[in-house]
Amino acid sequence: MASEKTRKETIGAVRRSFAPWTDPTKTPLIRFENVVKRFGDFTAINDVSLDIYEREFFALLGPSGCGKTTLMRMLAGFDEPTTGRVTLAGQDLAGVPPYRRPVNMMFQSYALFPHMNVADNIAFGLKQDKMPKADIDARVEEMLKLVKLTPFAKRKPHQLSGGQRQRVALARSLAKRPKVLLLDEPLGALDKKLREETQFELMDLQMELGMTFLIVTHDQEEAMTVADRIAVMNNGVLVQVATPAEIYEQPATRYVADFIGDVNLIACKVRSCQGDQAVLVTPITSSPIHVTQQVEAATGDEAWVAIRPEKLRITLDQPPDITENCFEGTIWDIGYLGDLSIYHVELPCGTRIKVSQPNLSRMVQRPISWDDKVWVTFAPHAGVVLTR
Amino acid sequence: MRRGLTWFNVSSIALGFAFLYIPILLLVIYSFNDSRLVTVWGGFSTRWYWALLENEQLLDAAWVTLRVAFVSACVATVLGTMAALALTRYGRFFGRTLFSGMIYAPLVMPEVITGLSLLLLFVAVDFDRGFWTVTLAHITFTMCFVAVVVQSRLVTFDTTLVEAALDLGSPPLKTFFTITLPLILPAVISGFMLAFTLSLDDLVIASFTTGPGATTLPMRIYSQVRLGVTPEINAVCTILIAIVTVVVIAASIVTKRAESQRQAEERAAMKG
Repeated sequence: MASEKTRKETIGAVRRSFAPWTDPTKTPLIRFENVVKRFGDFTAINDVSLDIYEREFFALLGPSGCGKTTLMRMLAGFDEPTTGRVTLAGQDLAGVPPYRRPVNMMFQSYALFPHMNVADNIAFGLKQDKMPKADIDARVEEMLKLVKLTPFAKRKPHQLSGGQRQRVALARSLAKRPKVLLLDEPLGALDKKLREETQFELMDLQMELGMTFLIVTHDQEEAMTVADRIAVMNNGVLVQVATPAEIYEQPATRYVADFIGDVNLIACKVRSCQGDQAVLVTPITSSPIHVTQQVEAATGDEAWVAIRPEKLRITLDQPPDITENCFEGTIWDIGYLGDLSIYHVELPCGTRIKVSQPNLSRMVQRPISWDDKVWVTFAPHAGVVLTR
Repeated sequence: MRRGLTWFNVSSIALGFAFLYIPILLLVIYSFNDSRLVTVWGGFSTRWYWALLENEQLLDAAWVTLRVAFVSACVATVLGTMAALALTRYGRFFGRTLFSGMIYAPLVMPEVITGLSLLLLFVAVDFDRGFWTVTLAHITFTMCFVAVVVQSRLVTFDTTLVEAALDLGSPPLKTFFTITLPLILPAVISGFMLAFTLSLDDLVIASFTTGPGATTLPMRIYSQVRLGVTPEINAVCTILIAIVTVVVIAASIVTKRAESQRQAEERAAMKG
């Protein structure tokens, strides 16, 4: 129990102070410099510049076809940039074939060699380095222990479960101690529960080994859970690169706000911006919207207010102050999820907004029900104004 | 719907098999005939098989045939596998459609035309006809069969396995021998066996391209039959049938087993 506690404290200490991207004296480990990749007429990557630092757990997040896998494959050496540069620890990777790059990749399909057993799969990369046999055996043993597969060393891949195969693939890609580990949708084939467990295992592993991990995923929860920083991609460009909390609370664009989590996007017109106080008006409610945020916009400009469903309050009684940040509507539909309930509130104009509330007690005297008249309110720091 | 054996099914199967196998069965039975006259049954005997051992001409022809079949099957397997790899692996290169169409052409080309064109080529370049011209001709026409067999396996081959090997530091050529080849080996072996049997029983192309001292067994049999069928010929044919049957069955077992194992693995992978 005591050792558990000290370990937790170490994680906290490292995680809290880990932010090399804010330190201008640090040199990044991986640099993408104005990288463009075209396949025929199709531009998969359009002028991407990105720095990734040593020991970082970095996530590339985006819908399928956004170019995130192409970006990773350029680092692994399976694709070459059309223009621009990719450097790793200062070395330009142009023309370096995949088998000479100090990075290893864990494939989405795991790509385990079906004719080799687990131990031979893990040893495959080590054998290419002409490592002495005793050292290879020791390393394989160590890797098997790391992923808790020691009893399965002599099994063939098809004799393993999906979760076990995933761990063999991980062990194989870690065995050579690469400078960077690339993970291409590593947990896509696992069921939800196992996936969540494995996410935390991956984070622990990354801490323990002190390696740089680059993960490609379309699952925003996965990216938020594991990564120090996330790059949100769309149509071959980076939309925002920031920590999970920044991405969620201060999305740069409507696209990011909508892609990450649930959001109510309200089209507004700016009425006034003074210092860090902005007031906006919208046709869907008579009360103005007040947001505590510095906004670079003039009166009359178009803007959007993004509010997360969990940051809205819903009440049956009229709140004391209805001069701002207030909607009046009726309950259209309710989704009961156990830990929280999601309410779809229809405003008089027909627009529906989503509100989620934690179910704090098991019994409520008067639960909110279908067709109830409700009031939805929020604080000035709950919403965020987006101009793009 | 009834799925059992109705009289109609049974009789059509019986008729079909009779049509296919009665001539062959007759040949096999008469090879054990004691009588010198082919059509008169004179009791069971294996004397014609022993007589074969003294028939130098037939034995020579058999030896030539086996050598041609082996050498041409080996070369055709290598070339056919390379062609199949090029066609499936390297995406859409210039002229790919033309090339893949051309690899199938010999499958449907009349043998007489293949034989004649090869003969013209050998004459044109002044190549002395004999063992090597027959072998070259057989490589030419069996190569496409190997390519087809190997290509059908490569279509379902997971290319990320190759990428994984490269990623782990294995250069391309080494990756071919450690990853690709072991996995497609069943298809390569059955391609080899197919090429071997095709070469073994080819008459038309061999007769066009052969020269003095390189008479293959089918050619020898054909020329002897024109002088009259002897029980010895029946015995040779029976042996030939036995060899072809064994090779074909072996090839299909190899492919079948590899295929069912692969399917089992894929099922397991899906389940996981």
